[in-house]
Amino acid sequence: MMTEQVQVSTSTAPLDEAVRRLEAHFGNAIRRDDREGYTGVVVEPSHLVEVAKFVRDSLGFTYLASATAVDYLGKSESDHLEMVYHVCDLRGGPPLTLKAQTPRDQATLPSLVSVWPGADFQEREAWDLMGIRFEGHPNLKRILMWEGFHGHPLRKDWKEAYYEQEHKPFDSRWPEGHVRRAEELNPFGKNVRYPAGFSLDGYEEQAERAIYEGAPLGVQVSDLATEQVVVSLGPQHPSTHGVFRMVVTLDGETIVRLEPVMGYLHRNHEKIGERNTFLHNMPFTDRLDYFCSMSNNLGYAVAVEKLLALGKRWDPPTYRAEAIRVLMVELTRILNHLVAIGFLLNDLGAYFTPLMYSIIERELILDFFEAVSGSRMMCNYMRFGGVAYDLPERLQSTAALINDRVRDFDTMHYLRALIHDRLPRAVEQTNDLLTTNEIITNRCIGVGVLTREDAIAYSAAGPVLRASGVPYDVRRAEPYSIYPDLEFDVAVRYHGDVYDRYLIRLDEMVQSLRILKQILPILEETKGQPFFSGKPGQYNPRVPAGEAYGRVENPKGELGFYLVSDGGQNPWRYHVRSPSFINLTALSQMCKGHKVADVVAILGSIDIVLGEVDR
Amino acid sequence: MTQANENFLSELRHPDVPVPEGMQSSVAVTTFGRLIDSIYNWGRRNSIWPMAFGLACCAIEMIATASSRFDQARFGMEVLRASPRQADLMIVSGTVTKKMVVPIVRLYNQMAEPKYVLAMGACAIGGGPFKEGYNVVSGIDKYIPVDVYVPGCPPTPQALLYGLIMMQKKIDSQSLSNRDSTPWYGRGPSEEVPVPILGPDIIDPRQAHLFRRLAAEAQTGPGADGREDASAQARR
Repeated sequence: MMTEQVQVSTSTAPLDEAVRRLEAHFGNAIRRDDREGYTGVVVEPSHLVEVAKFVRDSLGFTYLASATAVDYLGKSESDHLEMVYHVCDLRGGPPLTLKAQTPRDQATLPSLVSVWPGADFQEREAWDLMGIRFEGHPNLKRILMWEGFHGHPLRKDWKEAYYEQEHKPFDSRWPEGHVRRAEELNPFGKNVRYPAGFSLDGYEEQAERAIYEGAPLGVQVSDLATEQVVVSLGPQHPSTHGVFRMVVTLDGETIVRLEPVMGYLHRNHEKIGERNTFLHNMPFTDRLDYFCSMSNNLGYAVAVEKLLALGKRWDPPTYRAEAIRVLMVELTRILNHLVAIGFLLNDLGAYFTPLMYSIIERELILDFFEAVSGSRMMCNYMRFGGVAYDLPERLQSTAALINDRVRDFDTMHYLRALIHDRLPRAVEQTNDLLTTNEIITNRCIGVGVLTREDAIAYSAAGPVLRASGVPYDVRRAEPYSIYPDLEFDVAVRYHGDVYDRYLIRLDEMVQSLRILKQILPILEETKGQPFFSGKPGQYNPRVPAGEAYGRVENPKGELGFYLVSDGGQNPWRYHVRSPSFINLTALSQMCKGHKVADVVAILGSIDIVLGEVDR
Repeated sequence: MTQANENFLSELRHPDVPVPEGMQSSVAVTTFGRLIDSIYNWGRRNSIWPMAFGLACCAIEMIATASSRFDQARFGMEVLRASPRQADLMIVSGTVTKKMVVPIVRLYNQMAEPKYVLAMGACAIGGGPFKEGYNVVSGIDKYIPVDVYVPGCPPTPQALLYGLIMMQKKIDSQSLSNRDSTPWYGRGPSEEVPVPILGPDIIDPRQAHLFRRLAAEAQTGPGADGREDASAQARR
């Protein structure tokens, strides 16, 4: 395995230096964001593209981690919409925050797709949900909702059909506890709301037509008498990992153009998250990437803890809590990578068998999660300042009741057996059976290549980025939890094809096992120490006003939470930078020129989960 | 004679026809209809082919149910079909969004009778934790008929297995002599569910009359416009 030592600085000195150079170079076009609890610079929209180019080429912040919009309705005199860009230096360190403001009516900003192609989907999302028009964007269509949907739902003055109140808990239900079914109050008995004056007569559906816009529909006969055909793959397709859809233009069997179509699982995570209190969102994060609920919990906890650290009274998580968190997160990584490899093999035509092997190990890890958190998949385990429960003395799994036998293990014994024996063997077995398999090498090597430059430009993250030769891992670049104390290498591969993306997952599992082996003695030493830093049961602390971008290295890539708090009980803006969603930006680049059968393999190697893609 | 055999015979036996004591374990006298029903249902209940169709989190537990520890194959249900034309059972496993309900209804229409629907998890039953979301359908039964509901978020594989056993019970209760329980043997094709339209919001074609009525009301009486802001009523 190849690894690289990465020198990391976590101080904010490079950021201050960058801001100083920006000020020197652009003068009045930029100003420091001086709102309380905010960082970064606000850029004049007219200079945005220039500033972005300067930041990328001269300051070394080459990687656009996240781009999202915030609606400041009623929060400032000007009621503006704000676009927030987090740009990272791939040598490590915290991200530089760039902001651009635009009035709410006729919201327009220059597109940054020409600087960072990775902004493509994120800008489309901002247009779809916030209604910011991006000038110069090559394909500014709705991405999560359908073309023809009324309004931009994440704007603060847009109310959903079942709207009751700005914030939870709703007065109708708490504390008296009356329950009404929302659909009974709606004249249609459904979750629908139509604009005033809407009539069915003469209405024409635009949604499907818009998807095929730009694709040469029908048949074009070229000189060589080959035909271009447009094929819609999904949303119900066994190899799209859920309800993902691709509109593919084929020349014979070769892909000419591929456009991902998503939103089939868009369940309004962010809008609901802004109605919830901070703690309410914890169980919702479980359902983002539903293989990795523990890691999602950690990402959200890290983001809120960053906000909490802005305030005065705040105790960071205890050492034991951090150790338990790392244990959970690394087990999740192994679980995810095993299953991801299983799904990749499913896509390659091996059908379910490899996945079944992965699920055997997954069940063992889930038994542990269930015993600790009470739920197999949706753990809802982390809290701001620690975790919800300590590790139990013994694991008593109910899942095994199906064999009429209650399992009863000593927790540490179970973990030792799992980490020192069972999982290494599973990784070894996967390696033995698959790595040199002729079918796999034939179908994976050289397929779906993403070059190093493209991977950075398209904001690819996680295994996709590292398989293209960029040793970038948030655990090292902007360390969180107790990762600085732990010994592990950042795995990296250099070819950027499907095979390397498979291999890097094996490498990462080996590294995760290395971390887990270091965690076990820490757990033994800290036994009995507090696992939560606040008062017991008080999970919903007062969050000070400000913004925070908390990010963690999820199995699928950089999971970021961008939170804006106005000092109230619930987040003003709650945005999820989801690695699956942004990794898909590069899909069409990777697929071009390959055969249609390779598309599913390439998609499988990116490893997406639709709950996170669509949120 | 095994216990299973005896149970089977005692279920089959016609209550009015007595069978001598010594022959109870091997003989059952029954009507022709009940005999045919039992064979027909026995075959169907043990070879339900679900559609390989996952929506969200619940789909992962569905896969876990099919895997070795829980082993759906014990019930003859391991053959997941990717095509709706070959499937008997649609397991709606996850949040149904407005965008997705269009293909789901289309897939349901494409399934051959007899077909069954199992709503797995809180979202498919009634919207679940995401119910208030602007793109979420409050339960798949708003659009297509559902046979079995399995609650949970997500339901454990055991719960799903229990739901599937309930599905088998339902199949057992269907009789060829009673057209109401096996309507697919009636004349002509079975009725299709109209496919929803993606308008400014999702439009159920079955509610077209409601649009006209509300439009008429809006013209005659001011303030009767229920379409503009249904939530205004909720606040009142």
